[in-house]
Amino acid sequence: MADLSVNICGIESPNPFWLASAPPTNTGEQVMRGFDAGWGGAVWKTLGEPIVNVDSRFGAVDYSGTKIIGFNNIELITDRPLDANFKEIYEVKKQYPDNVVIVSLMVESKEEWREIIKRSEDAGADGLELNFGCPHGMCERGMGSAVGEEPKVLQEITSWAKEFSSVPVFVKLSPNVIDIRDPGIAAVKGGCDGISLINTIKSIIGVDLDTLVPKPSVGKESTHGGYCGPAIKPIALHMAAVLAKDPQINVPISGIGGISTWQDAAEFLALGATTIQICTAVMHYGYRIVDDMIDGLNNYLNEKGMRSTSELIGKAIPGFVEWGELDLNYDLIAKIDADKCIGCGLCYVACLDGAHQCIHTQKGPCHAWHGKPDHGFGPRTEVKPAVWHDGGDTAMSHVPFVDEEECIGCNLCMLVCPVPDCITMEEVSQAKVRESWADRVAKSRT
Amino acid sequence: MNDDTSSKLTISPDRLEKKFADYKPLYTESEALIEANRCLNCYDAPCISACPTGIDIPAFIKKIATGNIIGSAKVIFEANMLGYSTGRVCPVEDLCVGACVYNDLNYSPIQIGRLQRYATEKALEKEVSTGKKLFPRNSRKSEKKVALIGAGPASLACAAYLALDGVEAVIFEKDGLPGGLNTMAVAPYKFQTEDSINEANWILQHGVELKTGIEIGKDISLEQLIDEYDAVFIGIGLGTDSRLDLPGSDGPGVWGATDLIRQIKNNPDFSLPEDLNTALVIGGGNTAIDISRELAMLGAEDVRMLYRRSRKEMRGYDHEIVGASHYGVRLVENVTPLEVVRHGKKVKALKVSSTISDDTFELPCDWVVEAVGQLKHVSDVSPEIEVDEMGRLIVDSETRRTAHPKVYAGGDCINGGKEVVNAAQDGREAAFDMLKSWGISPSLHGKKYFKSFFTYNGH
Repeated sequence: MADLSVNICGIESPNPFWLASAPPTNTGEQVMRGFDAGWGGAVWKTLGEPIVNVDSRFGAVDYSGTKIIGFNNIELITDRPLDANFKEIYEVKKQYPDNVVIVSLMVESKEEWREIIKRSEDAGADGLELNFGCPHGMCERGMGSAVGEEPKVLQEITSWAKEFSSVPVFVKLSPNVIDIRDPGIAAVKGGCDGISLINTIKSIIGVDLDTLVPKPSVGKESTHGGYCGPAIKPIALHMAAVLAKDPQINVPISGIGGISTWQDAAEFLALGATTIQICTAVMHYGYRIVDDMIDGLNNYLNEKGMRSTSELIGKAIPGFVEWGELDLNYDLIAKIDADKCIGCGLCYVACLDGAHQCIHTQKGPCHAWHGKPDHGFGPRTEVKPAVWHDGGDTAMSHVPFVDEEECIGCNLCMLVCPVPDCITMEEVSQAKVRESWADRVAKSRT
Repeated sequence: MNDDTSSKLTISPDRLEKKFADYKPLYTESEALIEANRCLNCYDAPCISACPTGIDIPAFIKKIATGNIIGSAKVIFEANMLGYSTGRVCPVEDLCVGACVYNDLNYSPIQIGRLQRYATEKALEKEVSTGKKLFPRNSRKSEKKVALIGAGPASLACAAYLALDGVEAVIFEKDGLPGGLNTMAVAPYKFQTEDSINEANWILQHGVELKTGIEIGKDISLEQLIDEYDAVFIGIGLGTDSRLDLPGSDGPGVWGATDLIRQIKNNPDFSLPEDLNTALVIGGGNTAIDISRELAMLGAEDVRMLYRRSRKEMRGYDHEIVGASHYGVRLVENVTPLEVVRHGKKVKALKVSSTISDDTFELPCDWVVEAVGQLKHVSDVSPEIEVDEMGRLIVDSETRRTAHPKVYAGGDCINGGKEVVNAAQDGREAAFDMLKSWGISPSLHGKKYFKSFFTYNGH
């Protein structure tokens, strides 16, 4: 068993998996069930002046029969009295002293910040998370992403929190900015101990085509919400990696955004996150998902010979470079395994219409030739015998082949192929030395 | 399906076939969405080339997935106006579903027939509920008129495409009901008579006239039709059951298979005798398999098919043989019938001999059903129309035109007995050739309906 525990800003957590500040951390009863399921920590649903919510609140994107690949909400911060929240935080910490409880906060004036930070610490919070990310509702009142999008204000409020707090302060960033480094650096300058990112992305999840009201509808109206769920993971990964790589960001990162599995979590860890926060996947499947996250991460670390989570953290950062540093002389070509091919033709049409016209079929020449008289004529791989109905035109007569001279190694065919390992991208052995665009620019200067 | 002026054709609901449950019921919306979303949307998909009518299957499936039911049904009907019944009665395991690339990936292939039924049935329901026609009649009126003989799938398909382009299409049917074998013969767990009549009524609504109770060669001659109409389409199917004329076969308890199936499907006064225990079915084709399974499902204890060769030579589809075996139907190979043995009037046994030895033996039974093919009756229509040595009408393989320039033919009478979908294809090809010969471009398919790599390259 690998050591899954992590230390972030001096806070010990039994594993890197935390429940993000959201509906799954709304009450003490929920958080305790989450800890029972195996979650290492929880960031409490954001506290502040209790608000009034609307019905309905959530919307989702389904894709090709898969439910909730994207999710959005127009729910605000806690709608429960602060007294009840603090009482429950106290109870949770008393009963689960080894699990981490971070309290998410969002108030307006300096005095309010002083007051709520004191009460959080009195309740036993292990740390604070300043919610500067919520992109709907609260920002109209000058809070949430209204702060996150103004680095100066963000820095100022962060410094107040640091002034009043004796426990670590995390700043939760909004992704609704041009360059995530701007609020990130401001948070560091304000003195934060750690950064959580990302909060949700401003979104309209869809339009009801019968009523022509955007979703989720509140009667005959709607508003923009915060977008999250599996679809946003690549955006969140990028923002986390950018901060992890930036030398000015010298604080730990708690990664958030579309994480549903141990693989997602491992990717965040590899790109520099120390802990992981999850909400949407829990809203979809419940706290129980953490079981496979712990198990899967542990097995992965064991397989890779890593003894602890911390050995994985930041491992992929050296490989994350600027485009200009990539090797222009690195060559790949696609290989189609004719034995595995089922003849669906998806690689053919994808390459023909969406890429470089280098895949051809046994049935005849490609009309989009590259000016070579023999381009695409005649099969270059063994044609498998027909295996199905005897109409003469079988799936197997469709096995396509790659014009290796023309193949640009883009991956598209491999990505659309429904058969595991049927199309692989193979490295072309070549003598050319590594040369990047930056090298070329440097050479031209000398 | 719609009900309006042309749909006075009905049948008494109290029939034996009503005892059969639908073995592939209409998908629910969520079932259809799940199945439709599984489709890979192959390019130049093998399912399309496996379909005799060349329906653009990935296109109609993707339209189901996006909730575009009207668009989906139109893709189907444009290639096959009998898309509703073929979705239910086609041997898809040997056609589109058998060609699905998922078979090669050890995945369950896409249930194309069930999706086709879903799209067409839902779209036709929507047509009724919204009053908006999928195919409004073409406003242009042609001067041409066509007589179609027999109201089976071939004629219905042909007449539909003609009517949609303003041609007057008149179907002459000797029986009281349209639909041909869809009405009289299709296995009742797949498709029942009401379904077939509803489909025929839907086609008739597009401006096709049906005249029932008129037999060509008796009430009116083919020559007369050729004189009065611009073209004639012969879609008369096959005749009555071929019979073996075994000694002892005259009398109760010995049936021709299609006659028996028709009793089950269409005759409200028909029922199986209480004491029917053993039924022996002679034959190795799909009709033999169908009637065996139907008798077993209706409660006959012991149903056996007798075939003169071995299972691997049987013409019936493998999936149908397996399907019948699930209901207890057994197969006796390598036997040929000699004589029906009676006790008084009642059938007592069938005397058979082995085809691989000199053995002769008696199989006790209550019923004998002969499923050994149907007679060709083309010559009943007109001695002028040429037939081949198998008794099939000879037509041009592209246009379905006979040697007589005004006479076309399609369906079982030209192929000796194939599927509904082949008849639908024949009807469409004949209609398109008629339209083209009159300078009318078919409105549903101005373009070639089957796209392939070759068409892109001018081959």
